[in-house]
Amino acid sequence: MDGKHISRYALLTALAMTLAWLESLLPVPAAVPGMKLGLTNLVVVFALERMSARDAAAISLVRVLLVSFTFGNAYSFAYSLAGAALSLVVMLLLKKTGRFSILGVSVAGGVSHNIGQILVAMAVLGTGRLIYYLPALLVSGVAAGTAIGIAGGIVAKRVRI
Amino acid sequence: MKQKLRGDFLLILVLLAAAAVLYFVFRPGEGGAWAVVTVDGEETARYPLGEDLTVTIGGTDYNVLQISGRAAAVIDANCGDHTCIRTGTVRRDGEAIVCLPHRLVIRIEGGEAGIDGIAG
Ligand SMILES: [Zn+2]
Repeated sequence: MDGKHISRYALLTALAMTLAWLESLLPVPAAVPGMKLGLTNLVVVFALERMSARDAAAISLVRVLLVSFTFGNAYSFAYSLAGAALSLVVMLLLKKTGRFSILGVSVAGGVSHNIGQILVAMAVLGTGRLIYYLPALLVSGVAAGTAIGIAGGIVAKRVRI
Repeated sequence: MKQKLRGDFLLILVLLAAAAVLYFVFRPGEGGAWAVVTVDGEETARYPLGEDLTVTIGGTDYNVLQISGRAAAVIDANCGDHTCIRTGTVRRDGEAIVCLPHRLVIRIEGGEAGIDGIAG
């Protein structure tokens, strides 16, 4: 890994932290467990578009670790890791098909992020009841994914790092 | 690029259609009769919705459950995220209040009405 690579990682990680901090300030109407804006996903979407799958995975993991340590607890770590991992896998697969732009990839990422978290919640709570949250999680995932996909597309086109 | 945008559009359409279908499939039912408390998946208590009460669930990790007007709500808790409080009131069969940090679920169940014996 060369110096340029490392500085890119550092830059993107710093950006993810800033977004996580911003998100923690926003009064999100999250009555639904698992419902999150997922602003930090912007960084992963960007890495996926402009760097490699491996870079995106590494940045995603570092993001989850740092954000959990800073804004969450040990418990929320497992929770966000599940969302991030599922989201990353789904985004990689969708990108591989070549049938979707950064927008579609980001939407799938947002939705699967929410699904991953609700699955962990169901396992932890030992109840399948939470399934009725799924429609709201799908809609919020689509909304967040669309916003991040559009923003990510603009950033990926304009920003040279 | 146009081809890809069509893919994006179809994906969004499918997801929103799935959300609409699931909404009708999992829609909560009529007004319920019980607030059932489970911690770690184990039922620890059930309270009739027909009887107003305020009760603290747990010790160091606590959630204050309030039942009034045939509806249940968590009005205070020391969990980090307060999602359980923001959920507001639940009253219909199948609805639930969740506190993830405390691994607590308060779900509404139908069946025989509470102590007051009126099915609503
Ligand atoms: Zn709570």
